[in-house]
Amino acid sequence: MGKLTMGVFPGLVGSLSLDFSVKLAEAAVKKGHTVDYWVSSNATMLSKKGQRSFKDYSTLYKTLEELFKTGNFKACACEACAEARGFHKEDLMEGWIRKSMDWYLASSFDADRVLMIGGE
Amino acid sequence: MATTKMGFIIKSLPYKTEASRLAMTHAIASQTVEIYLEDGDMVEPVVCFIGDGVLNCLKNQATAKHYDITSIEMHIRNSLLLDLKVLYCKEDLDRFGIKEDALIMDAEELGGETKAQIVPYSEIQKEMDSVNHLQFF
Repeated sequence: MGKLTMGVFPGLVGSLSLDFSVKLAEAAVKKGHTVDYWVSSNATMLSKKGQRSFKDYSTLYKTLEELFKTGNFKACACEACAEARGFHKEDLMEGWIRKSMDWYLASSFDADRVLMIGGE
Repeated sequence: MATTKMGFIIKSLPYKTEASRLAMTHAIASQTVEIYLEDGDMVEPVVCFIGDGVLNCLKNQATAKHYDITSIEMHIRNSLLLDLKVLYCKEDLDRFGIKEDALIMDAEELGGETKAQIVPYSEIQKEMDSVNHLQFF
């Protein structure tokens, strides 16, 4: 099985690109691959705890919670991007870590595939 | 010992979105990636500006004055200071009528020796063919 590293940049609300990335990560993990999932820029919103589910908006945190349980999914948020947006360490959803951008590049180093999903 | 080569292809306008800034900061992060890797392993970035992205490369950006933030120009100069390979697409510069003297070509004032290169798109294509992973910003 392979390792997929994803760099994801779009925000939680405003496009469905983030939804696509989570779905793709889920599909990869279900196939037995491991996924390193890096969020930067507005995508750091995904790492914030306390999200509520509304019918009109995406509810991705539930999928993430399931992915974390598999042990084959790691998610990391850009610390600077989060801090700049007012998300602090205590706001982080369980399972997530926060690092600087070199975490993403290090993950890419031995990834079989790297996929970047750009922001708006 | 291994090297993973990563291509950062920038086609976004400066300042309209965060994309080109993110490309530069991620490329520069290659300088500290060793803390996660085995001895001798490294990530080698190459940064290519194509399409509208060449507008990121204009010098005398006054971002600090108007927005009080770091300019893309400073990120490019820092990249050159760190000896990153930085390529500008000649055809796209020509399309905008941008001459070399309007571009950020070096980081001499910071003590850098590496220079940016203006190259035909065919050279950028070769770079893209040579990297392990490509990322478009």
